Parts: sequence; C-alpha cells; structure tokens
Amino acid sequence: MNLPRIVITGVGLTAPNGDSLAQFRGNLLAGVAGIEWLEVRYMGRLLAGPCHFDPLRHQKKKEVRVGTRAGSISIWCAREAIADSAVAFDAFPKDRVGIYIGCTEHGNVETENEIYAISKFNYDTKFWSHYHNPRTVANNPAGEASLNLGVTGPAYTIGAACAAGNLGLIHASQMLRLGEVDLAICGGVSESIHTFGIFAGFKSQGALATHDTPAKASRPFDLARNGIVVSEGGCLYTLERLDDALARGARVYAEIAGYGVNSDASDYVLPNPVRQAECIRKSLANAGLRPADIHIVNTHATATTLGDIQECEAIRSVFGKGCPDTFVNNTKSFIGHCMGAAGALELAGNLPSFDDLMVHPTINVDNLDPACALPGLVLNVPSRAGRIDTILNNSFGMLGINSTLIVKRFVP
Amino acid sequence: MTNEECKKAVLDIIADIAPDEDLSGVKPDVRLRDQLQLDSMDFLDIVMELRKRHGIEVPEADYTRLASLDSCAEYLTPKFNALAAKS
Repeated sequence: MNLPRIVITGVGLTAPNGDSLAQFRGNLLAGVAGIEWLEVRYMGRLLAGPCHFDPLRHQKKKEVRVGTRAGSISIWCAREAIADSAVAFDAFPKDRVGIYIGCTEHGNVETENEIYAISKFNYDTKFWSHYHNPRTVANNPAGEASLNLGVTGPAYTIGAACAAGNLGLIHASQMLRLGEVDLAICGGVSESIHTFGIFAGFKSQGALATHDTPAKASRPFDLARNGIVVSEGGCLYTLERLDDALARGARVYAEIAGYGVNSDASDYVLPNPVRQAECIRKSLANAGLRPADIHIVNTHATATTLGDIQECEAIRSVFGKGCPDTFVNNTKSFIGHCMGAAGALELAGNLPSFDDLMVHPTINVDNLDPACALPGLVLNVPSRAGRIDTILNNSFGMLGINSTLIVKRFVP
Repeated sequence: MTNEECKKAVLDIIADIAPDEDLSGVKPDVRLRDQLQLDSMDFLDIVMELRKRHGIEVPEADYTRLASLDSCAEYLTPKFNALAAKS
C-alpha cells in the first residue's frame, strides 16, 4: 500500500525545564532538570515538575479562569507549534484542521477542586460550579484549543494512559493519510500535578519518588531509584502530508517512519515486557527497519524498580546484545513523568539530534542497576554520535497500553 | 446598604468573572450584556457569587432583574438589607 508520507513541520511545548524546543533541548544537553517542591492539597510538600509558561500570551484572563490547566497547556502548545511551522494559519481552511491530543486522564483536577470548594459550604451542591461539565468532559483539552484557534475540524482527545502522547501523533498520521484533514495539531498534554489523587495513588502503590534534592529525584536505571516524579506539560506538533509541506516550502523536522500499538491484556498496573517487545517489533516492521537501523531508543522508564527492568528486558529482546550504532536514553530523568504529554515531549527532546548529532543523556545515574545496563545507554553526560537518522520512542501506560513511534531524518 | 454600595458589590463580582473588561465606564442604566462581554454562563457566575459571598439567592425567574446595574440595585439592595437586619 502506497501511503502518503507524513512529516513534522512544527513543535510547540512546555516542559518543567523549558517552554520552547530550544530551551528544552539546551537544558537536556546541559543536564538541567526541572523538578521542584510543590505544595499538594492534603499531602503537603511533594516533588513535582511544574511548567512556567505564561498562559496570557495566548489566552484572555477570562479564558484562563473559565477553562482548565490542560486547556491552557493545549492552547500554548498549539499556538507555539503553529507559529513554529510558519503555516499561513489565518487563511487555512479551519474545517481541514484536526486536533488530536493524548491524555492520561482528564477531569480529576476540576472535580477535586469542586469537592474542595463545596466542602467550605458543608458540601451543599448548590455551590457546585456550572462550569464543571465543560471542564471535565474528556475532550476538554482539545475543545479549548479548537475554541481558541477557531478550528472547526475534528478536535478530540485520545485516552491512552501514559502512552497517549505517542498516540496523538500516530492517530494524526492516520487521519492525514486517510485525507480526513490537511493539517493536524497533535501530541499530548497533562495537568496531573494539580490533582492530589495521582500523587496519593502512586504513594499508596509505593511508586512515588522521594529525595532530598529535587533535581536528583527522577532517576531511571539508578539502583537507588524509588519511584515516579509526577509532572505536568505538553507537546503538540503540526503534522502534514509531505507533498503539502513541500508545496508551501515548510521546514521539515522529521518524517513519521512507523509505529506500533498493542495491549498487554495481563494486569492493571504491571508492565509486560513480552508485549512491550512485540510493540517495538511491530513499529520496526511498520517502518521497514531493522533494530540495527535505530540510532536512538528513547525509553519510557519512569524510575519504578520493576518497570525499568521490564522495559530493559523488552529492549534487550529486540536489540540483542546491542547494535553498535544504537544509543539509549531517558528524558524523564530531567522532567519527571509528564503523563499524557510524556511520549510527545520526550520525542521532541530528541528531535534536534538529527541536526546536532548529540544524544542527550539519562541523568541521576550514580550507580547503574546492572539489570538496566543496556548497551549504548547514555549516562549523565551527552554523547556525540557519528550518525543519527532514526529515533524510536517508547511510551507505555496503565491497563497495558503500549505505543512505539519511530521518526526518521527527512530525506526528500 | 445603599443602592450605590449594592452596585459596587455587583461590580466587584463582575471584575472577577470578566477580568479582561474595563469597568470604569459602565453605565448603570444600560444592560450589562450590551456594554460588556458577558454570556449566560457569566450571569450564572454572578448568581453563584451572590450566593457564595453574600448568602443571597436569586431564583431563576428573577434572573432578568440582574440586567443592568440599576436593576441589580433595585432588586438586590432590599435583599442585602433584609439579610443585614437578620444578622
């Protein structure tokens, strides 16, 4: 089947350590993390990765007041991506634009806020906000972006736990190939640090990171890792069919090479390395590539004891004892786990490797867990590569959803 | 509470729910919707804030009484004063 080629032409993001691709990348190469102490309702001071973008650059104060944090993140990322793509958006037919945003969850923040608010009124529900439903519908982050941008094409979210960021790009690629839209704004967002529930849930699960030094808290593959740092963030891309991008003289960041999506069907929370490996193989087959053709494997590893080992097992089973040109890294060690945004943000952090031939490291590895000692793992300082033509990006989520996305250097 | 104090209480609420608006020139005798960017959800906000901040209930049948600052004052000032008399 001869499918249209899909390319990335714009990137808009907010991460705990950067509000633009240049700032984010600079910090990934300089070893600068973005983890801080955050006061969390009912729980006190916890480690988290908040973002610092100014929502008022793209929204009115009233939009910020009425909308959600995830909506603001989506609008920020979408507007920044569109500007970065240099597409003539004002003149673009808005019914031919699609917005596809991956989310781990949505609505918990707003529901918790409302329950807290009515607790001050003896739980009398007549004080419950009339904005509750538009704030908590699952399509809220995409819907707010459609309102802000005047997009009248399809705009919705994709719920896929922490695999969702990749799913946003994958779904957008499919919609572009089907001819459903001509421009896709896609990726993932998360506002999760504003719900105590996610912190409390991970804590009850024994999977919430603790550390005296925030910047050292997220430490995938380190022997002393002790769990996840919850972060917020977002990353949306503009995707186009290659012919359309070339016709308007767009800069091309990368081409979508292939992807794989599958399900573990084995546990609510525990990952399944056999299914993860199948997902990676599926993406390679879809891209028509061999493991040795992959130059960067960006891992999903969240710094849980078992999860990191299981992903390493999956990678080992696909890549064997190592492919000499394959580097392995992890972006969560800088920014924590941005949940629905993770896959999209972590891909963005690696995209500039096509130009600068640098591979950002996995930081905070003082003592490498032997069970995670993958060949090609880039530890603590960046590595210079002879050649970077492909990036394979893993993102896995609860209920056993796995996604692997491969992008490649654009060659006309 | 005087009518002017009542108008100020309403304007304080509007300042929070419509933070982009310049309220310095609001005409008391003109419908709020004709001079400010307010939609039906914003009017529900005014009703909610009257309830939260001042303990004043505005039944749905009376929403039209909140059309302008003057009509707000005419309708709400007695309610404010009745509440004050109770406490």
